[in-house]
Amino acid sequence: MSEQRPAAAADRLPVLKTHKVYVGGKFPRSESGRFDRALAPDGTPIANICRCSRKDVRDAVTAARAAQAGWAARTAYNRGQILYRIAEMLEGRSGQFEALLAVGGTAPDEAAAEVQAATDRLLHYAGWTDKFQQVFSSVNPVATSHFNFSILEPMGVVGVLAPESPLLGLVSSIAPAIAGGNTTVVLVTGSQPLPATTFGEVLNSSDVPGGVVNILTGRQDEMLAPLAAHRDVDALLLCSPDPDVARSAEIEAVHNLKRVAVRPHEDWTDIQSPYEITDLQEVKTTWHPIGS
Amino acid sequence: MTDSTPSTGLTAPKLRLGIRDGSDDGWGYAPAPESTDHVELRDRYGLFIDGEFVDAGDGRTFETANPATEEKIADVALASDADVDAAVAAARRAYEEVWSKLAPRERGKYVYRIARVLQERGRELAITESLDGGKPIRESRDVDIPLAAAHFFYYAGWADKLDYAFPGRGARALGVAGQVIPWNFPLLMAAWKIAPAIAAGNTVVLKPAETTPLTALKLAEIIQDACVPPGVVNIVTGAGETGAAVVQHEDVDKVAFTGSTEVGKLIRRALAGSGKHYTLELGGKAANLVFEDAAVDQAVEGIVNGIFFNQGHVCCAGSRLLVQESVADEVISKLKDRMETLIVGDPLDKNTDIGAINSRAQLDKIEEYLEIGEEEGAEPFQTSCPVPERGYWCRPTLFLHAAQSHRVVQEEIFGPVLAVQTFRTVDEGIAMANNTPYGLSGGVWSDKGAKAFRVTSRIRAGVLWANTYNKFDPTAPFGGYKESGIGREGGLAGLHAYLRPEAAA
Repeated sequence: MSEQRPAAAADRLPVLKTHKVYVGGKFPRSESGRFDRALAPDGTPIANICRCSRKDVRDAVTAARAAQAGWAARTAYNRGQILYRIAEMLEGRSGQFEALLAVGGTAPDEAAAEVQAATDRLLHYAGWTDKFQQVFSSVNPVATSHFNFSILEPMGVVGVLAPESPLLGLVSSIAPAIAGGNTTVVLVTGSQPLPATTFGEVLNSSDVPGGVVNILTGRQDEMLAPLAAHRDVDALLLCSPDPDVARSAEIEAVHNLKRVAVRPHEDWTDIQSPYEITDLQEVKTTWHPIGS
Repeated sequence: MTDSTPSTGLTAPKLRLGIRDGSDDGWGYAPAPESTDHVELRDRYGLFIDGEFVDAGDGRTFETANPATEEKIADVALASDADVDAAVAAARRAYEEVWSKLAPRERGKYVYRIARVLQERGRELAITESLDGGKPIRESRDVDIPLAAAHFFYYAGWADKLDYAFPGRGARALGVAGQVIPWNFPLLMAAWKIAPAIAAGNTVVLKPAETTPLTALKLAEIIQDACVPPGVVNIVTGAGETGAAVVQHEDVDKVAFTGSTEVGKLIRRALAGSGKHYTLELGGKAANLVFEDAAVDQAVEGIVNGIFFNQGHVCCAGSRLLVQESVADEVISKLKDRMETLIVGDPLDKNTDIGAINSRAQLDKIEEYLEIGEEEGAEPFQTSCPVPERGYWCRPTLFLHAAQSHRVVQEEIFGPVLAVQTFRTVDEGIAMANNTPYGLSGGVWSDKGAKAFRVTSRIRAGVLWANTYNKFDPTAPFGGYKESGIGREGGLAGLHAYLRPEAAA
């Protein structure tokens, strides 16, 4: 267990962290009691992580559903401040994330750049919370005497298959989803799960209500199908370059016609736009008569 | 034409206004049939492929009939897989060689031309729609055809403005769109599909419903007359197999389907992993919520419009009435009285409120639900109006005291059948409204503006009508949440469905 190994004094044993999952604002272990090892690129074990089960997925969906209405009801201003707060917390812990990325095999200068990009990305979406509605909603000039408008509403609970990109990709997939008022169940199945488990701590100290982001670690072949088929999940964000992964999840998603967005990117440097938010929004059109 | 003064010998209703049962008391309506002498219908219609009308490759045809008389109107070509192949190939060729190279302004002009000719030939199209599909002439004349023309006119103007579609991005057409539409608004659905597609620079292969192909084929004539380049719009007629060939064709870049949730799911499954674009407009089971502070007479009109418009063959029909307990007796009593005035009969009579059920199959389905509702314990109420002897008819029907678990509350009937439930609190009403797998539309009746805004914002559906119902406009996006579909048609959102944003500059 060599993660973040400090230059320990000869007479002091370092305190190592147990990497747990983040569900409903708490840090439980997998209900299954199972674990996997996170490995360095050379195969050296770095830490144990939870190997979550179908039941963990269902519990996380329950937490995300419970949080969704309240999160969507927050003002856009408030959601923006909370996303900004996440950026503040990440900036303050940049050294820790650089170390986590480095131990996973990222070169030190690249690690620093990735943490900075992830922080800036949070800031970017913090700024969109109270603007995307203005850019993308409309008042529709109907030919009858009605006040008619179309606004965006969050799809609800979004299941996220997190990308391999351990921090920038993770943040780039979560931030636009929650900026728009969705809550998320995030499956971390890539080769570097430790930035994700630690990112849960950042979220937990950023005034993000419990359940808005739920982060599970484990194996894609165990967790993705139950999440994709879950009838209380409204949308999927599938960050995988593997077309077979997207295809099988899309088929599971047909049960309740989940909306599915596929993000095959491996490099997340430029994956930043308001369309990442609007792809997880519904359009609602409302008609009010104008008259006496 | 049907006999417009049918004699049925039914028991006289309590309220006789508007009833034409042969024992007229002087207050009935005289027949007012629309004249049809100016409508030219061929005996036989071909497929519209690459700008020409052609027979099916294997020569097969099917019949389209008038549901009000059960009489055949025309033989229509039945497209096979090979015919669909030819149509998609024509669309591809037109996209690559002509339509994608045309100046956007010129593309728009063609679409405007279609809108103009639709307006010119409006009455003929309205009559054809009512003959082929059974809907009252008042609706086809005042709603279907004008809205279809308006859709072409609206989207025509987008053709040279696509740079404004995606803020911060360019926009590009998708290619060839495969489109399948239902029988409830045949020409209007064709317009919803074709207008945004071709204005955005795509070419299309459209399959109309097998019971109502005629107005789409008249639209093909109009497209021919408008000199739209061959292959930009192709129309292939047939039933489910033809539709499957269209949406599953590998050279189609975009699939647009309006129809049942069941078929929509099959299409969605077939598209999994393909990366193709798609929009699905599927079923609904919308709640019309009437609160104690509603203007009751207006609400009753809205309930009637919500469920009996187009015989209830409307995916966004207000097929569930949720009425607050304190006003339930008054609302239901007035609703029954109002329903008694509804005239069921000849679709071409301008007095008709409810026309013919679209087909025998649909009438069978509705009648099955009438049995199910009774078996489940809901209390049926049906008006006593006479109906013609021939044709497919269903009197306006209520199921009172329905329970949330009843199939007549949960499932889409697609007929003039309204399930009625009561609620006590606002929260309960909203919870009941949201308690189906569907989320297409909803209605709210309250004279308190703040409450109307709050309730519409809490119903999980794509279209909400406050103190109105069943209003449509080309500028207003339409489409469902949940199992009512994916994507929007109409407005800018409907244009997006036929474009892809280009990478940021």
